[in-house]
Amino acid sequence: MSGTYVLRAVLSQPSGAIGVTLVVGHVMLAVLSQLVLPHDPIAQSAELILQAPSLSHPFGTDRLGRDILSRAMLGGREAMMIATLATLVAMIWGTAVGLFLALIGGRTDTYGMRIVDALSSIPGILIVMIFVAALGVGATALIPILGCSYGLSVVYIARAAALDFVARDFVLAAQARGEARATILIREILPNVRDTLAVQGAMQVSWLLLGIASLSFLGLGVAPPTPDWGLMIADGRGVMPTAPWVVLWPMAMLSSLIVGVNLAADAFAKALGVDRQMGVRAA
Amino acid sequence: MLGLILRRLGAAWITVVVVAVVVFIGVEVMPGDACTAMLGRDAARGDVLENCRDRMGLNRPPVERCVGWAGDLAQGDLGVSMKRDRPIAGIVAPRLRNTLILALAAALAGVPLAIGLGVMVALRRERPFDIIVSTVALVAMTMPEFVIAALLILIFAIWLGWSAGVVTAAYDAPALTLLFATPLPAVTLALVYIAHILRMVRSSVIDTAGADYILMARMKGVPERQIVRRHLLPNAILPTIPVIGLTLAWLLSGVVIVESAFNYPGIGRLAVNAVADRDLPLVQAITLIFGLIYVSMTLIADLLAMALNPRLRTRRL
Repeated sequence: MSGTYVLRAVLSQPSGAIGVTLVVGHVMLAVLSQLVLPHDPIAQSAELILQAPSLSHPFGTDRLGRDILSRAMLGGREAMMIATLATLVAMIWGTAVGLFLALIGGRTDTYGMRIVDALSSIPGILIVMIFVAALGVGATALIPILGCSYGLSVVYIARAAALDFVARDFVLAAQARGEARATILIREILPNVRDTLAVQGAMQVSWLLLGIASLSFLGLGVAPPTPDWGLMIADGRGVMPTAPWVVLWPMAMLSSLIVGVNLAADAFAKALGVDRQMGVRAA
Repeated sequence: MLGLILRRLGAAWITVVVVAVVVFIGVEVMPGDACTAMLGRDAARGDVLENCRDRMGLNRPPVERCVGWAGDLAQGDLGVSMKRDRPIAGIVAPRLRNTLILALAAALAGVPLAIGLGVMVALRRERPFDIIVSTVALVAMTMPEFVIAALLILIFAIWLGWSAGVVTAAYDAPALTLLFATPLPAVTLALVYIAHILRMVRSSVIDTAGADYILMARMKGVPERQIVRRHLLPNAILPTIPVIGLTLAWLLSGVVIVESAFNYPGIGRLAVNAVADRDLPLVQAITLIFGLIYVSMTLIADLLAMALNPRLRTRRL
């Protein structure tokens, strides 16, 4: 299927069109908003503490007098960058391990999956928290940590998808020709599981955005003073009774991005004819 | 049958051992150790560092420490918290109780509601009621827990004033005080549970409704009400029960966020505090406990599946 065909199939679904619009809008905002920021997002001002929305500060200001609009515009940038790069890391190692185990089979597969099972039984957020505690916060630490831990679910998906093909004749033929394992993985199996993996990648982005926002909320994700929605919500909780706008705007931004990614991933899955793996992994 | 159960128990046990080893290695391979983490990079020098390492037994070789740790664990000794300087078991136990109260309350309220709603929307498939409920569930599934928490606090605690926004009770307060002072943490957790389970039940009921025996029953003129009650629901809901167990286990990590958002004195917030304090022994112990809970819940779910579904009993695991 060609790219344009898939894109048309995605956009022809109402939910897909909404999702793609939301995601594209957020990406453009993150990339371009630096040019049109009304105020400096990290400039503090004693006179402007907790101002209600007004003409000069349409979204109001926070407890340090920072402009919420500017912060909300930039608040997804770091998280989106980390989520995308960590998804890349997760997809690469998860796919490599998953396909490899499926092709090898036998004991290696059994024991390998045992280890993956055991690792998956620790809540991801705790694994991440341990490593963040040791390696510190910020993008350089978060990308490898999140990439490694979120790749576990990719291993399941990639392995399950590849298992449908490893016993097919064209793989046997390649083995009979004496092709190297890596060649078989890349030339014979990978093209067949590409669509499943693409949908999984889109899902990973949404899970990672959620995970990063939660980490930031706990103070273990994006490091201040970088504007970030999770941090803004954590920061504004104390002043919610008097200044609800401090949390409401970042909440709306974060929600619209995550809903957008989910809708787009859903429509993408439908367009490619892939069963979207949602929620709980089968035991 | 017995062999199958024993084999499943063995597998669970192996998983627990692997989890313990992974947690140990994870902490081991990190730059620095419990002492440098706790003291901070600048203070961790010379005598202070050596004393701390001596006290924690960090000067022994890793293998010896791992075996020692495992031996202590087997005897129920979780070690000593660095920051709090007290046995970890004593710190963790009351908070684990609080977390279990929270999760249990959320599950007891959420699971029956989720099943009921799931069946209702499945029987009214594609009608406005289904579309509204399913959309709300999808949104609740995709939202981070802390956003739901903040919204609930804003609406129910601040605007409506129905309950307190955060938990102020101490960690050793009686169970009912913890739950009813602020029902919002349980409600948040229950909402997330309901969203996931509802969608699962809905698709299971819809799948089953397409089965040949339902068509057969309809053709022979069984009243619709009876088709639903006798043919559809038992076959649609029984298989979801073990998966519900898995969902609950899988969503348990949500307590880390929910407890922090509401200041609820459970093990999830303890984990966050332990990480903030760089108290590695405590973090290690909590991670292991979460792993243990997950493994035992999946074990129960699997055994339940075998008990409810005879077809699973003959298959090799």
